Amino acid sequence: MTVATDNSESGPMISLRDLRVRYGEREILHGINMEVRRGETLVILGGSGSGKSTLLRTLVGLEKPSSGEIWLKGKNIAAISDEEMDEIRRKMGMSFQSGALFGSMTVGENVGLPLREHTKLENSTIEIMTRLKLEQVGLAGFEDYFPSELSGGMKKRAAVARALSMDPEILFFDEPSAGLDPIIAAGIDQLILELKQAFHMTIIVVTHELASAFLIADQMVYIDKGYIIAQGTPAEMKANPLPRVRQFFDRVAEPEVEQELDYLQMLTAEHHHVKR
Amino acid sequence: MLAYLGALVRLSFQAAGYAFVAPFRGRPLRLDRAFAQAMEVGVRALPVLSLITFFIGLILAMQGAYELRKFGAIHFVADAVAISMTRELGPLITAIVVIGRSGSAFAAELGTMKVNEEIDALETMAISPVQFLVTPKFLAMILMLPCLTIWANFMGVLGGSLFGVWKADFAWVGYMHATLDALFLRDIVTGLIKSVMFGITITAVGCSEGLATGTGAESVGKSTTSAVVVSIFLVVIVDLVFTTIFFFVGG
Repeated sequence: MTVATDNSESGPMISLRDLRVRYGEREILHGINMEVRRGETLVILGGSGSGKSTLLRTLVGLEKPSSGEIWLKGKNIAAISDEEMDEIRRKMGMSFQSGALFGSMTVGENVGLPLREHTKLENSTIEIMTRLKLEQVGLAGFEDYFPSELSGGMKKRAAVARALSMDPEILFFDEPSAGLDPIIAAGIDQLILELKQAFHMTIIVVTHELASAFLIADQMVYIDKGYIIAQGTPAEMKANPLPRVRQFFDRVAEPEVEQELDYLQMLTAEHHHVKR
Repeated sequence: MLAYLGALVRLSFQAAGYAFVAPFRGRPLRLDRAFAQAMEVGVRALPVLSLITFFIGLILAMQGAYELRKFGAIHFVADAVAISMTRELGPLITAIVVIGRSGSAFAAELGTMKVNEEIDALETMAISPVQFLVTPKFLAMILMLPCLTIWANFMGVLGGSLFGVWKADFAWVGYMHATLDALFLRDIVTGLIKSVMFGITITAVGCSEGLATGTGAESVGKSTTSAVVVSIFLVVIVDLVFTTIFFFVGG
């Protein structure tokens, strides 16, 4: 079976075909199908343990799928060599939940690192580009600070600057507003919107913050127990009648889980209201 | 167990590839990181290593003299210290000091980076963690361990000479001459070969324990502990293997 791929500007930037990921015996993602168009912002929603972070890690190549296809810019990254993956990664940026800045380097060195490793640019050029990226995220003048000297929100911004340093076509965010106060979190949302408008980047965000999700999303998918059970525009999602989706959006508590077995079932078991 | 050893060997070969093959394929080697590591692994270890090996030399002299004086051969104490330092204790004590200072630090550093998603971040930036983090450590260790061992040998002999002058009627220059007469180049070289192997072992264990760290601060502690324990064990095994080889190949 071959799947037609579209390399042209209008085709999907990312497309997943029956993607399955397992850790050892346990399957985490049970056949994910979805598409992300160029320039679109996709928000992946889901509760803790739903598999949304695994999906993101698989998309950036940190987890290997057990089966299925991930077409990214016309290449199936589930079946390419490490060298080809590294080529694609130079056009991707990822902002991690904790920021994942290198503690032994200054903010400036962190942001300039991909340029220093992958390009032959002069140090002075790299410094200028670093300053520009930091200005873009509102951290001008913080080059010489160490990550430990920054607040949580500033660390996130610095991490975004680093993700932007190679001028990526696709930007991934893992829980961009987790652990931030509402004002700082709103600032990060604003930053994502700016990036989207200014550079037409394809942006993929994993989050469980509803307000932020509805603000930034063009498309949303809702993942539950390793299945996509709902997808659509924010308006479509708001109108979605599925009980699981309603429960998430209306913030209804999960019934107590008492037994280990129930908990495992909650994470992995088949359930019957799978859409499509 | 075999799988673990296989992983260590693979990590070493990967690092060797980045150090000696990749530069010819347009991926230049960044020596500045290796120099920084060499500073940390080598130069900063000097004070504590000097003190320890000086005392070890002194202890060796006293222990040797205890037996030698029964035969009225106390002047052989210089030979005893020189040979046991260069062939065995110099490399071994150096390795153990380096395990305590650097093997543990490698595991803790890489483990913390793993927990903080920094290793993942490197990979998403298309920077190989082995190339960026592990290779400089290998280079630094392979360079610095023999250097430290030579220094340790010298400090051990110096410690022995203290006893020689004090209790065995040596003049200091005479003790040094006796030491030089006792040593063959072979004694020193076999010790240095061992020290290079120790360096590779310590780096491979420290780094692979660090990279295998799970989640949470607690697992960083665990990988640091096992880096030290496994390193000491494997260094002794490597020592045994190479001493056996040297013994049978024209010992």
